[in-house]
Amino acid sequence: MISLPIPRHRRIGVEILVRGIVQGVGFRPFIYNLACRFGISGTVTNTGDGVVIRAMARSDRLEMFVDALEHHPPPLARIVAIEQRPLTVPLPEGSFTILESTAGIAATTAIPPDIAICNDCRRELLDPGDRRYRYPFINCTNCGPRFTIVEAIPYDRPKTSMKVFPMCPECLQEYRDPGNRRFHAQPNACPVCGPRLFWHGRDGKMIACDDPITAAAAALQQGKIVALRGLGGFHLAVDATSPSTVATLRQRKDRPDKPLAVMLSDINTAEAHFQINDEERRLLLSPEHPIVLLRPRRQGRLAAGLAPGIDVIGIMLPYTPLHCLLFAEKPCPPALVMTSGNVSGAPICIANEDALQRLATIADYFLLHDREIVTRVDDSVCRVINGRSRLLRRARGYVPAPLTVPWPLPPTLGCGGGLKSTFCLGRDRSAVLSQHIGDLFNLEALTFYTESIRHLQRVFEITPEIVACDLHPDYLSTRYAEELSLPLYRIQHHHAHAVAVMAEHGISDPVLAIIMDGTGFGPDGTIWGGEFLRADLTSSTRLGRLSPLPLPGGDRAAIEPWRMAIAALYRLFGEDAFSPALLPPALAQIPADQRQAIVAMIRSSFNTPLTSSCGRLFDAVASLLGIRQYMSYEGQAAMELEALAAGSASSTWKNELLAAQSAALPRALVTEHEKMEICSEKFVKMIVHALHKGENPGKIALNFHFQLIRSITELTQRLVDQTGIHRVVLAGGCMQNRLLLEGLLHVFRHHELEVYTGEAVPLNDGAISLGQTIIGGLQHVSRDSHESD
Amino acid sequence: MADKCILLDHGSGGLASQELISSLFVKHLDNPTLRGLEDSAVLERPAGRLAFTTDSYVVDPIFFPGGDIGMLAVHGTINDLAMRGAQPLCLSLGLILEEGMALDDLERIVVSIAACCRDSGVPVVTGDTKVVPRGKGDKIFINTSGIGVLADGIDISSKNAREGDVILLSGTMGDHGITIMTRRAGISMQGRLESDTRPLHRLVQRLLEGLPGGVRTLRDPTRGGVATTLNEIAANSGLGVELREEFLPVRPQVRAACELLGLEPLYLANEGKLLAVVSADQAETALRIMRETDEGAEAAIIGRMVGGKAGRVVITTPLGGMRMVTPLHGEPLPRIC
Ligand SMILES: [Fe+3]
Ligand SMILES: [Mg+2]
Ligand SMILES: [Zn+2]
Ligand SMILES: [Zn+2]
Repeated sequence: MISLPIPRHRRIGVEILVRGIVQGVGFRPFIYNLACRFGISGTVTNTGDGVVIRAMARSDRLEMFVDALEHHPPPLARIVAIEQRPLTVPLPEGSFTILESTAGIAATTAIPPDIAICNDCRRELLDPGDRRYRYPFINCTNCGPRFTIVEAIPYDRPKTSMKVFPMCPECLQEYRDPGNRRFHAQPNACPVCGPRLFWHGRDGKMIACDDPITAAAAALQQGKIVALRGLGGFHLAVDATSPSTVATLRQRKDRPDKPLAVMLSDINTAEAHFQINDEERRLLLSPEHPIVLLRPRRQGRLAAGLAPGIDVIGIMLPYTPLHCLLFAEKPCPPALVMTSGNVSGAPICIANEDALQRLATIADYFLLHDREIVTRVDDSVCRVINGRSRLLRRARGYVPAPLTVPWPLPPTLGCGGGLKSTFCLGRDRSAVLSQHIGDLFNLEALTFYTESIRHLQRVFEITPEIVACDLHPDYLSTRYAEELSLPLYRIQHHHAHAVAVMAEHGISDPVLAIIMDGTGFGPDGTIWGGEFLRADLTSSTRLGRLSPLPLPGGDRAAIEPWRMAIAALYRLFGEDAFSPALLPPALAQIPADQRQAIVAMIRSSFNTPLTSSCGRLFDAVASLLGIRQYMSYEGQAAMELEALAAGSASSTWKNELLAAQSAALPRALVTEHEKMEICSEKFVKMIVHALHKGENPGKIALNFHFQLIRSITELTQRLVDQTGIHRVVLAGGCMQNRLLLEGLLHVFRHHELEVYTGEAVPLNDGAISLGQTIIGGLQHVSRDSHESD
Repeated sequence: MADKCILLDHGSGGLASQELISSLFVKHLDNPTLRGLEDSAVLERPAGRLAFTTDSYVVDPIFFPGGDIGMLAVHGTINDLAMRGAQPLCLSLGLILEEGMALDDLERIVVSIAACCRDSGVPVVTGDTKVVPRGKGDKIFINTSGIGVLADGIDISSKNAREGDVILLSGTMGDHGITIMTRRAGISMQGRLESDTRPLHRLVQRLLEGLPGGVRTLRDPTRGGVATTLNEIAANSGLGVELREEFLPVRPQVRAACELLGLEPLYLANEGKLLAVVSADQAETALRIMRETDEGAEAAIIGRMVGGKAGRVVITTPLGGMRMVTPLHGEPLPRIC
């Protein structure tokens, strides 16, 4: 901030430019009110660069004004910079006015994310004296739908799905009044003029009722499944305190084990059922209202079967007025499962007709409304690890807010990965990371992907000139990239993981990247996944890895952990692996001919690529410990292994980890000689021996985590010594494991290293497109500059 | 025959070659045109248009349950002719043998070729044999070319598929591919796995006669399987393909082996199956005709051609999921992260 060398208390003119998220968040009315308070005359307007204020006042008043706007901005605003310069031409005295926006503002401002209902609206919603009492679509400049209702830019009501609801005179007056909380609130509405609710049966027919919310609450209380049209798509809601209802939902959705998210009526209910720390509480109540993974208290009353085998449950608080009204109904259960309203792998339904048709086999009732959802946005999911929030799924509340990076990028499209796909649009110093899209092999997800790319290109006015994709030739994101006939950059998966974290933290210098991941295609044609890279923004070198294990049956091995266990055992012991003396009981249950078939495949290298995957090592360990041999959702075995280990961890486990760290590392988990490898089989050996000594599986699971952390630390230290690089990046799907990440961060604290991990950017493949965009964009720039040399 | 193995001399064109030709090829494949052993076969000109195709066969192992490389070579070329609606007339047979190949094996293959020719009524009318030094080949490579004749008015092509047309598969998927794959992986399965290699020209003739003008496209889903062939049909016709998972015929033992090996039946080779795209109103007739034949006894309607999804093949699962069935770049690669 530039301070102005001017005598005090003289009347002066100044132009103030405010950059950041300052548009569509009630910034101009806020400035208007502030100006009125401090007796400042002048104007405020939105421009392509940010909000520009021209102000005349006594210098001390102006100082107070700037101080207030810097330190107490509207809740949704994020100020990045405030620049001031003297006005050369004095302004007319007297009033303060809000000017029309200048053209071309879309580029930097675009569209704000969708925001949970604010406290003012919540109060009005439940106030019988308010004209919006019990109106489920109440909102204001500080809250409500944004990105999900926008059809085109600029963000103005006629270009949203609110266009079919002309405002009544009262709403219009609020909308036009700069002193009102609803000044320019595009979705502003009331019971007279706005959207409504409807109550339908599973046959699709409307059911006449006094109040759809009352009907829905009653149905939920009776154990019915209600499909509920929300903000970014449909939810399927059931009573989360009733095991039989949860079981019915699982059965109808054919989702036997995958964790179900739960919405609780309020923070007190959440505190009663879950252990919640300060950061978790902050997240639950934040304007974004994400799903937060929380540890249940023993005495909780929620149904078993919400997250079988896992020690955390995804919890969120009501974030739309509709949710608030539902929980305010007496019969409504205090906890509702709120799972995505979709069928087998497809994206969530957003249209009424589509939901009525496709969810009819699952839902008993439908709570519908007539405010169209233009863009599908799932609930965001985060987990607090080491006191910081980590977004596991970045969607509602966060998207499409651009991420600011320190490097100017050419207009670039990063096409992302395969399963937890996102895409990313980069230009100048910003990168717009899309919402979670899902598995692109699902036709509807692929359609969602291609349409979203078009939509975001339009609303951010970014026309990609180059495109970046993964090295994997069969990802549909790669196929999409190849069809664009733009300069194409193929980026190695784990390099992209690393650079996504570098982008989040603005790191330009080379780093040691430790990527503990599932699978990613390597430039050598093998499958990578547990990697130690020297990475910078445009290149990476593999310095170390987990020693490769056979992956018998390819992707089959990723859903049948016993294959990985057999592969590791066979590597270690050959045919002896199957002697009763060695074979762990869990694997003795696998029919001998199947075990033999896996061995035959390994011997003939038939459909058995080698992989350095860390995820598959977790699978092998989970199998050996008898946790599970077949998975029904991605990552299940590894998550259950973590839960088993966490159950054995005392409150002082980090100290124990440090103590274990000082003891000698058991026989060369880190391979000697110049090969920088963590020996994957050695973990398996350790576990087989521990099982034979009759050790408790929980203890073994925890010890596995400890030894893995020790090995990673050991190898990292060697690489630090070798390269002289002290900056370390941690990423990859396995880093979503709390014990692993927290343990590593704890140990690294004692190593004088600068350690960075993904926080706002997912640790999993949701970040790949961001990394691709940066690497591809900057590779292109450096290529161009070489060519012009 | 005194020699037990193929020697380089057998391909020299000299006496050893001539002995091999007369003692093996002429003996088993004998027919008036071949018997002359001239530089080229001279054929009577048939009425109608000619279809002409060629294909080379390399397979490991060369003998497998349900067949051998020779059968593949005869059936493959007959089927390629049939897939344009042509009636196969005759074949050429080119062999590239590796020095050291057991003569008994070669004879077994030639006998098998001869039997296939007799059964299908399509003679080998010209041929050639070369021998390459040990290590420069893999026992035996075969090339067959074929000539067939098309009646006027027949126009079978993957370009011809129209929106709304129905797709039939003449039998179960993946039998040949999985038979070879399990051998290569070195595993044995419960339940018999055998190649489905067989000629399809008679089935095709029945279809053409039974559905005048109704057969748009015929393709044999060999390498790359039903998935790859349907992608080609979709690309060539500018339409989409919608499959129903529950309609796809797969033998239980094939499915079990696929699960074990981590393979998809949709991508496995077939050597005795055809995909037929027929007009919707004739689909039931087509199905009945197929099922009346031996080679089409397990035929099924598996999907249809749709508009609006040009070039895309999608499979609908019983739960309502719709998955993309894409052509693979090469071998299947893991992608679960
Ligand atoms: Fe990954
Ligand atoms: Mg062919
Ligand atoms: Zn509000
Ligand atoms: Zn109104």
